[in-house]
Formats: sequence, C-alpha cells, structure tokens
Amino acid sequence: MNFSNEVWVFIEQRDGKPADVSFELLCKAHKLAETMEGSVKAVVIGDNAEEIAKAAFCYGANEAMLIDHPSLRHFRTIPYSRILTKLIEEFTPRIVLFGATVIGRDLAPRVASHTKSALTADCTDLQISDVTYLKEKFPRLLLQIRPAFGGNIIATIITPDVPVQMATVREGVMELSLLSQPNPVKITKIDFHPDPADELVRIIEQHREENKVNLKASPIIVAGGYGLGTKENFRLIEELAHTIGAEVAGSRAAVDAGFVAPDRQVGQTGVTVRPKLYIAVGISGAIQHRAGMQESQKIIAINTDPEAPIFDISHYGIVGDASEVIPAFIEAYKNKLK
Amino acid sequence: MYNSIVLVKQVPDTANISGKVMKDDGTVNRSKLPAIFNYEDKVALEFALRIKEKFGGKVTAVSMGPPRASDTLRECLFMGADEVYLITDRKFAGADTLATSYVLAEAIKKIGNYSFIFAGRQAIDGDTAQVGPQTAEKLGIPQITYTEELIDVKRDRIIIRRKIDGGYEIVEGSIPVLLTVLKDAVDPRPFSAKRVMAFKGAKSLLDLEKLTEENSLLYIDKLVHEYEEKGLLIKTLTTDDLDVDPERCGVKGSPTKVYKVESVVLAGGNHARVEPTKTALSGLIDQLMNDHIFG
Repeated sequence: MNFSNEVWVFIEQRDGKPADVSFELLCKAHKLAETMEGSVKAVVIGDNAEEIAKAAFCYGANEAMLIDHPSLRHFRTIPYSRILTKLIEEFTPRIVLFGATVIGRDLAPRVASHTKSALTADCTDLQISDVTYLKEKFPRLLLQIRPAFGGNIIATIITPDVPVQMATVREGVMELSLLSQPNPVKITKIDFHPDPADELVRIIEQHREENKVNLKASPIIVAGGYGLGTKENFRLIEELAHTIGAEVAGSRAAVDAGFVAPDRQVGQTGVTVRPKLYIAVGISGAIQHRAGMQESQKIIAINTDPEAPIFDISHYGIVGDASEVIPAFIEAYKNKLK
Repeated sequence: MYNSIVLVKQVPDTANISGKVMKDDGTVNRSKLPAIFNYEDKVALEFALRIKEKFGGKVTAVSMGPPRASDTLRECLFMGADEVYLITDRKFAGADTLATSYVLAEAIKKIGNYSFIFAGRQAIDGDTAQVGPQTAEKLGIPQITYTEELIDVKRDRIIIRRKIDGGYEIVEGSIPVLLTVLKDAVDPRPFSAKRVMAFKGAKSLLDLEKLTEENSLLYIDKLVHEYEEKGLLIKTLTTDDLDVDPERCGVKGSPTKVYKVESVVLAGGNHARVEPTKTALSGLIDQLMNDHIFG
C-alpha cells in the first residue's frame, strides 16, 4: 500500500487565541516530516482565524488549511469533527496530531472512530522508525510512546495496518522553537456549510479565566511533595521560591493534601515544565511526577530518603530534612548577595 | 421518564501496583492485580440513578469484559441499577478503544430505548478517554464530555456544566446523548445493605451454565427464567446475540498494537551528592551562579 507522507496538526484556538500545545506539535511534526521526507499541514478551524494560520508557518507548517466561519468561533464536537473527518477522508494524511487538551481529547476519538483510524492518547514521545512486526516489515511507522498502567511501564504503540496514525500529546511535552526562517505562507481556504446537526449541543455560556500561574514560563521552579508532611512545612517552599525568584509548584500528592493549589501541579496530570532549574523537595519521584519535569536543565532533589527515585534523575542530591536544608540554603544564598 | 444506559468497566487496580505484579521482563501481570469498579464509571452510574429518582425511568448498566466482570455488574445492582448486561466473548478479547466502542455500540443498539448514555471520562488502566466519544460517534448521537454537574433535564434536552481548558461552560444537549463524567462531579452512593442482600446471588448466563453442568437435575432454560423472574439475572450478550462483524471485534478489529513494553528504567547514580552543610550548599550556589542559573 502506498501511504501519504503528510503530517497534520490540528491547531486549537480558544477565544481566538492559539493553544501553545498546537505550536509545540507543529515543531514536532516538522521533525517527523523531515524523517519521512514529507510535509506539515496545519488545520485551523475558527472564526477570523487567519492570523493563527499565518503563525503556524513560524513553527513548521508548510501549508495551512483554514476553515473560517462565525459559527466555528467556539469549539463544538459535531461541526469540528465533521470538518476534520471530511478532510481526512479526502486527503488521507499519514499522521494527525492533536493536543491532549479537553478539546483534543473530545475531538480526536470522534474523528478516529469515524475514519476508523488508530489513535493513541497522551503520548510522551513520537518517533518515525522502520518496524518489523510479526515478521512483516513496515517502513517509516509512527512510534507512539506513552506511559501505561498508571505510569509503571512505558509502552510503544504502533498502528501498522491503517493509513492514518493519530495521537494526542499533552501541553509542554514537546519543545517549542521557532524556525530560524519561517516557511512561506500558503493558506488554503476551505468552505464550511453549517448543518442542523451542529445544533444538537449548544453552548449556553462559557467562563474562562486567564491562567494566573504560568509555571511553564518560569526559569526556576521550587516544588514540594507530600514528604513535607504539613502545610506549615510547605511554607518553606514558598520562602525558598521567594528568596531565589522562583515559582512554587507541587506534586499531585501535595495538591491532594491541600498544600498547594491545583494549578501549580507538575506531572502527568498537571503541567509539564522544562525550567533551567527545578528544585524538588520531599518529592519521591514517581514516574507521573518525573514525566512533568525530567526535561529540566538542572534538577536538585532534597529528600530524607536516600533511596528516593527522584535522586536518579537529579544532578544534585541533598539527603536531609527540608526543615533544616531549606533555611540553610536560604541563608547561604543571601550571603552571596551581600 | 428518561432511561439511562451506563457503561462500566472492571479495571486492574493500577494505583496499587507492587513489585509482585511486575514480571521479570517489566510487563504487568494483570491477573495478579485486584480487579475493581472503575471509579469514574461509578460516578456515571450515580448520575443515572439521580435522573431516575428525579424524573423516573430505568437504569441499565453494561460492561464489556471477561466473565469476572460480573462482579462489577453485581455492584451496579447493589447501587441501584435495574438491569445489567455483560458483553463477553473470547472474540472480544484484546480490543482497543475502536473495537471496544464498536461492540458497545452494537450492544446498545440491541438494548435500545434510552435517552442518556453515561460513562466515566476514562478508565484507570488505559486513561485514554476514547471509548465514550467513539461509542457516541458509532451510534450517531452527540457527546458531552468532561461533565461536572447536572443542571436540569427539560423535555428533550439536558443541561449540564462541563469542564473546558481554563474554565467551564454550560451546554444544552439534545436527547439521545452520551455524557462522560469527571470523578469529582458527584459522590457515588454506597451499596445499600438491602440491595446487597437482595442481589448478591445475581448470576450471569455463564454462571448458570456452570451450575447445570455440575448438577444434571437443573435445566438451563428453567434456571435462566427463574433468575430473570427474581431480577437476579446478569444478562449476557455474545457474538451470537449481536449483529457484529468479527473482523471489527477484539484483536482483529484493533488497529493499535503494542510494539514494545519497557519497565521504567532510571539512569541512576550519576548525580552529585551535596552534603546539607553550609559550606557545601554555598558551593552548590556558586556552581549555579557560574552556570548562569542564579544571579
């Protein structure tokens, strides 16, 4: 069978603003397309979304398909999935990528079901490779790599028998980088005709708050875990962060225990970060947490348990009690500034 | 009156994996894990039961899985489900979300007569959140995912609050509709002691067949009839009962293949140990300043 070599990225927008994850995926798609000797197409759906389509060329798109219509301003499953389904059936791309956001995880399965495509959720890595599976050779397959079974194993999923390989990827997992030279803009406008079925689910009202916390943008993050024991001890984290000019974050366990707000959670079900420096205090280092921070440039782990897995991915390890180590660290830091 | 179908799954308790269930090659020995009722599906059942209590109707729980998934269906009866179906067949084994949703959709067509289909957002053994939307697509009905709160049901419409990235929205969906629910949406009710007493003896067709094999005085048809009369029958649907294409079921109908599985290996041991002393910490800070991370 002769497959296409196009990599498509669904460009998500909310209130007319593109989602970071979509551009991150374009960067990844650009790399995948290079290996496949293929090209990258951005699929932009929205209302007055031409600027978003143009921006896609700075991140790796070779072409953008723009579906622009007032009724497409807000994401709704039925019209969006109808558009994508039709395009995929018409052009049969080799790969389609979506952000593993609420929108992506609502849309992608519906589209995959209709087009009978394979879909892998929440990939943490994507690669192109020739594969021998059950003694049969498959050139240039998409390896869809994701944690499985509660993060205890890493599975590589392949979908050798279908023309379209689909995956969702969480925000922050793929690196965002501008092309040194943007690709020439080539936008193809595609007509949209509303359908009565689009109205089967109607949005009555929508509330969205700008994320006040932006962990992803912070060069230094101090994160605390359940090992801190109490909310009072968690204050040490805040104090340290304040002293060195960092953002405060927490593991899922720390969030569940009420030590820190949910929008500061780092890990597989929280935010994925890659700061210059990540200081993990009282965090044992379960894979779910590591998945959200292991790409940090430098990692310092502070833990009472010398066997804690967090030390295995750290650059500097300090075995000790946070209530002693942190004040000493703060004092040493302040001394440098004198 | 609004009838609901609830999709439930029995899952391995992945949150409590210990060394014993990991095989030497790093894969998970599923049979060693305790099987539990996927929590978000319990929340889905609670939604359906509340609609029944408020507006009337019937609640039917459906599970695709091996025969032991009867345990989960029995628990649905303990919570308040009126009728339960086990979708089971060797040919359904090894299904990914595409093949699972295909069989579930065919089973739902067979059961019929519903206003709502409820399901948990995702199951903890795969975390894909795909089966709900894919089942809706195959039934040709709308979906509302990430449901946080039921606001109202009016004539042929349901109004709910759902989570979106960075906030929430209130949406109105036309019946019939499939909804997936989030774990914090409502607290599932505990099993009622009265219902546990009443339904603990509920049995599937497979269980009853076993009984007749062991005791030649029992006749399967009569036994099934008796159990059904008493409301103790876990109804079973297999490839014989459903209008399914075997090529689209189980492993055959699943495009996703597991190519490789690795246990998580850590690099290990290549970090610099820093003593928790002032001198050592001061040295570390110097190092970070040299690297232009600090200062």
